Amino acid sequence: MTTTSVPTGWVGDRSTSPRRRFADGVASVWMIGSVIVALIPLGFIAFYVVAKGISVISWSFLTKNIPIISDSAGGGIAPAIAGTLTLTLVAAVLAVPLGVLAAIYLNEYGGERPVARVIRFMADVMTGVPSIVMGLFVAMIWVSAGLHRGFSTLAGALALACLMLPIVIRSSEEMLKLVPDELRQASDALGARRWVTVTRVVLPAAIAGIVSGAMLAVARAAGETAPLLFTIGVSRKFVPRLDAQNTALPIQIWNNAQEPVRAAQDRAWGAALTLIVLVFVLTVIARLVAARFATQER
Amino acid sequence: MTAVSSTGVPDEYISSRSRSSGVWVDRSFRGVALGAGLSVLAILALIAYFTTKQAWPIFQFDAWGFVTGTRWDPTNNKFGALPFIYGTAVASAIALAFAVPLSIGIALFTNELAPRRLKKPVIYLVDLLAAIPSVVYGLWALAVLESPAQTVYEKISDTIGKIPLLGRVFGGVPSGASLMTAGVVLAIMMIPIVTAISREVLATISQDDKNAALAMGATRWEMLRACVFPRVRSGLVGAVMLGMGRALGETIAVALVIGSNQKIDSHIFHAGDSMASVIAHEFGEAASQPRYRAALIGLAVLLFVFTLVVNILARWITGRAERRAAL
Repeated sequence: MTTTSVPTGWVGDRSTSPRRRFADGVASVWMIGSVIVALIPLGFIAFYVVAKGISVISWSFLTKNIPIISDSAGGGIAPAIAGTLTLTLVAAVLAVPLGVLAAIYLNEYGGERPVARVIRFMADVMTGVPSIVMGLFVAMIWVSAGLHRGFSTLAGALALACLMLPIVIRSSEEMLKLVPDELRQASDALGARRWVTVTRVVLPAAIAGIVSGAMLAVARAAGETAPLLFTIGVSRKFVPRLDAQNTALPIQIWNNAQEPVRAAQDRAWGAALTLIVLVFVLTVIARLVAARFATQER
Repeated sequence: MTAVSSTGVPDEYISSRSRSSGVWVDRSFRGVALGAGLSVLAILALIAYFTTKQAWPIFQFDAWGFVTGTRWDPTNNKFGALPFIYGTAVASAIALAFAVPLSIGIALFTNELAPRRLKKPVIYLVDLLAAIPSVVYGLWALAVLESPAQTVYEKISDTIGKIPLLGRVFGGVPSGASLMTAGVVLAIMMIPIVTAISREVLATISQDDKNAALAMGATRWEMLRACVFPRVRSGLVGAVMLGMGRALGETIAVALVIGSNQKIDSHIFHAGDSMASVIAHEFGEAASQPRYRAALIGLAVLLFVFTLVVNILARWITGRAERRAAL
């Protein structure tokens, strides 16, 4: 049909041949179908968590201590809510300053130096370390070997902090990158030292993004179970001390889900809805904080 | 604030230049920041050191026997990790088989096919899959998914379970808690990660190139095959490997639905065990038995090494693909 090396189907015929149209149609069906298939489980999970959780959640479920016998109805998950909040708060206190400082080094000092590139690469790799390994690691150095400090809130928070650290570093670095160089140059031109530029000019400009990135890392940590399995121990009531044993919502879900008894299953679904609402609230707050700071800056 | 000089510049800015303490503060600030960055390397090194040290009794005794041993029998002090390495590999492979075509399909939908109005909501909804805690996936799969899954497995097993070779994989007596169920749950959990990175990779191809192909009369599919797929192949491989790294280490959801089986079993509708799920289930009771405990920590060391290798390779591949796209 043609003498050029262009595939014959492409040139010459006015209308696309049925075979080509069919292939294109199949590809489109694949793409649309993928979206639908992926969203089905999302819909199912959301439906079940809400439907099964809402019938369990009551004022007493949210405020009472965890029952001694999980087979019978009654009791609540208040200690687990308090536990999750303290664990993530302590983990954030440990991981966020460290992560932001590391991000400052990477973006403001390190640039493309070998040290910075290695740190950046390893932070990426660290996000891939399984959370159960993080949990075992803290159990090794803090709980049952190494320092032999036993199960505690602090041990759990350490494990969560290890998990959050690389996420905070990478998200903060992205935010620092967004600060226009002109601001740094203006500050340099005024004779400010680098640390003054960083703390007075760059950080305030990037704070909204850094805070929301940190909140998202907290939300992620709040849902983690594996790092807590061998670090926080067991607790039925909340003790507000760092060296006391603790419990958390994911741990309650994990324990109750494995008991084939109605009361335990109900408690698992109630805890799941509570956890998802908590994660969702943290995420929304992160967005709001970001938006609020952002408007103040402008 | 301090006094401001006639030029409008705060005094402290000007005077700090002349004070030697300013240099000192600047250096120590930089040092502290560098220290924070190096903490990442320190933590990774400490993980490697402490877990290996605690697992040393088992590695020292018979490292090769531990990695290749097929018998896991704590009461008789036999610790072979291969059944769990196998379980992890099979569950991850099943997850990849489902998640890869779906994720790339979604990425193509949002980047090429979707009308502007649909693009953002679809991205947002798929990202929501990543926000669900893994224990909630596990709870859902255990309480809701398992019994209908078992019915489906039984149907499949009845139809093709008798065929010689396929029967080895799809036959047997299906169980709701199985390698297959674990693979399906892992697939759902992998989709947001693989989709997000695939989208980034696909976005590196310039619109001009795509328009050129379309202007030649190519259909959308032909355009994708001619000028997109050949150039994003390595990037997509990286995306898939990152998803696989996640699947290998996923613990809680898998532990709830994979069942329990200390033997290598070719039937994917049978219960299995992954490295992470065994650690989660058995570490609590193993604490008092040194060899048992060391063996479980040994599994963690293997898992750490596997995920490290997969992640490093994946980052290297995607990094190279991005650099190439930037040229």
